[in-house]
Amino acid sequence: MNIYIIKRLILFIPTLLLVTIIVFALMRLIPGDPAYLRLIGADGDAEFTQEQLEALQAQLGTDRPLVQQYGLWVWDMLRGDLGLSMIHDTPIVDDIKKRLPVTLELTLLSLALATIIAVPLGVISAVMQDSPADYTSRIVAIAGVAMPNFWVAILIIIFLVNFFGWLPPLKYADLWQDPLTNLQQLVFPAIALGFYNMALIARVTRSAMLEVFREDYIRTARSKGLNERVVIVRHALKNASLPVLTISGWQIGRLLAGTVVIEKIFLVPGVGRLLIDSIFARDFTMIQAIVMLVATMVLLLNLIVDLMYGWLDPRIRYA
Amino acid sequence: MAVYRVDRSDDNVLSLPAGVRPKPTLRQTLVKFAKDKPLGAFGGIIAVLLIIVAVLAPVIAPHDPVATDHNNVLASPSVNMLLGGDQIGRDVFSRLVYGARISLLVGILSVLFGVTIGLTVGLVSGYFGGIVDLGAQRVMDAVMAFPALILALSIMAVMGASIVNVIIALAAVFVPGAARTIRSQALSIKEMDYVLAARAIGSSDLRIMIRHMAPNLVATYIVLATISLGWAIVVEASLSFLGVGVPPSVPTWGGMLTGATKYVETAWWVAVFPGLAIAIVVFAWNLLGDALRDVLDPKLRGSN
Repeated sequence: MNIYIIKRLILFIPTLLLVTIIVFALMRLIPGDPAYLRLIGADGDAEFTQEQLEALQAQLGTDRPLVQQYGLWVWDMLRGDLGLSMIHDTPIVDDIKKRLPVTLELTLLSLALATIIAVPLGVISAVMQDSPADYTSRIVAIAGVAMPNFWVAILIIIFLVNFFGWLPPLKYADLWQDPLTNLQQLVFPAIALGFYNMALIARVTRSAMLEVFREDYIRTARSKGLNERVVIVRHALKNASLPVLTISGWQIGRLLAGTVVIEKIFLVPGVGRLLIDSIFARDFTMIQAIVMLVATMVLLLNLIVDLMYGWLDPRIRYA
Repeated sequence: MAVYRVDRSDDNVLSLPAGVRPKPTLRQTLVKFAKDKPLGAFGGIIAVLLIIVAVLAPVIAPHDPVATDHNNVLASPSVNMLLGGDQIGRDVFSRLVYGARISLLVGILSVLFGVTIGLTVGLVSGYFGGIVDLGAQRVMDAVMAFPALILALSIMAVMGASIVNVIIALAAVFVPGAARTIRSQALSIKEMDYVLAARAIGSSDLRIMIRHMAPNLVATYIVLATISLGWAIVVEASLSFLGVGVPPSVPTWGGMLTGATKYVETAWWVAVFPGLAIAIVVFAWNLLGDALRDVLDPKLRGSN
């Protein structure tokens, strides 16, 4: 187990390094010189001199060799400096500090909602296998996996607008200053974002439960006269929670990516919306920083899930 | 039902042993598939219908999908406009029919490119092992750290909106997953006796991989491609919805939903039907993919 943790930790570093190389290389594929793009402005007709161009290149560091640029970029990131926005000239760290909590809250809220709804749905489905309840929840699960999140979001808005006259708020309340309003505002985006996961978790819970029901220890638990509810919750669900946990962990990346779409529809001021706005503004330093941030978070979360997996199931011996 | 696979890749063509039934015809195979997997067959029928709609789009669509008509701005569904008109008076139904072309074209091409590259990487990685494998696996791990939509978005951000770029961006998304699955299969296949035999008669590495291992990965390849297609359609729609995928002038299902939230009070059909089309098609491909996986390659269960 300890060897596994060490191995897994050692693998983390080269993978993260490769991620930085991929992001750096991708951003160097931009047609044109970043300094030139910036001087020419958003409309593409600003005038500037050769001296201005060279000065800006020196300032941005784009006149140095690629290897040096890469090294500086990684070194700055390690020091917590993500550079300046190409469009607004403001530190990227400030924007991210302001917007990341919103996105994290949205992601965690949607994961929590999805799990709270999906696990009982999956358990009921497995316990009452092949009953109408099972079929209903399976159809919901299969349909949920097929519905794109932006369409779920639009359907939610159609429903809310036409029946309750609700519109996405123009300004979101701060979680710490006004938690109730904040949760009220974020609950619908969270449902839209987590709908896919709800469906997926329900499916996985159902199949994991069915698998566990075939185990000897369930038969033992039943034959020693335990209450069926105790068998289901204490013996079956506890063991079935492993695959559910793994799936939830793997899906966090998908949720983070989904915030791009959901935050745009619901006007949530998070990192996802910052990314899509930056893409339209061609703010490549901002795009680079956000993509790097998301990939790092996904790697870290995968690491945590893997480590938890080994800790939760002592039977697992990693070779 | 025992099906005897005759390996025709070798120089000596074997004749079937006595008592062994010949390979079932395509029709027999399809009938059996429909009986064993009715849901999968249902998905297959919808998938075929979609292909027909896409190919025959000019025949099926009653209106020009890009023609605007100010009399029909947000027109309600009627006999003339089956699913109503959109915000600039284009026929929603005709746009849906033409949108099927983009969804399928982008989906199929990106999956073919992505899964084929994944197959190559996985096969080479699994066959050679050692440092090649270690390197390839780390690179795949690194690419997998990017959620699909984020990877596709950043590629689109750098390369700009066009159909070809969407295909490239989506293909990149499918490579690591396919490579990983194929690699694990290649690892077990390379231990087979026929690979040893091929090596004993002096076949080159390339020949062993192409003539002996690749044919045994075809089932996995088909399953991976089918399962990935639904996903490709969703990601393409997301990109087009965000306005960074296929150029907005081309009718796409995702693009049709851009800005649809503005009309939810007055014209729900603008926002409902394109999404419904995506959901039905993805649902159908998922059903077909699941059924194919169970039939062709049960080992893949739970891998996606």
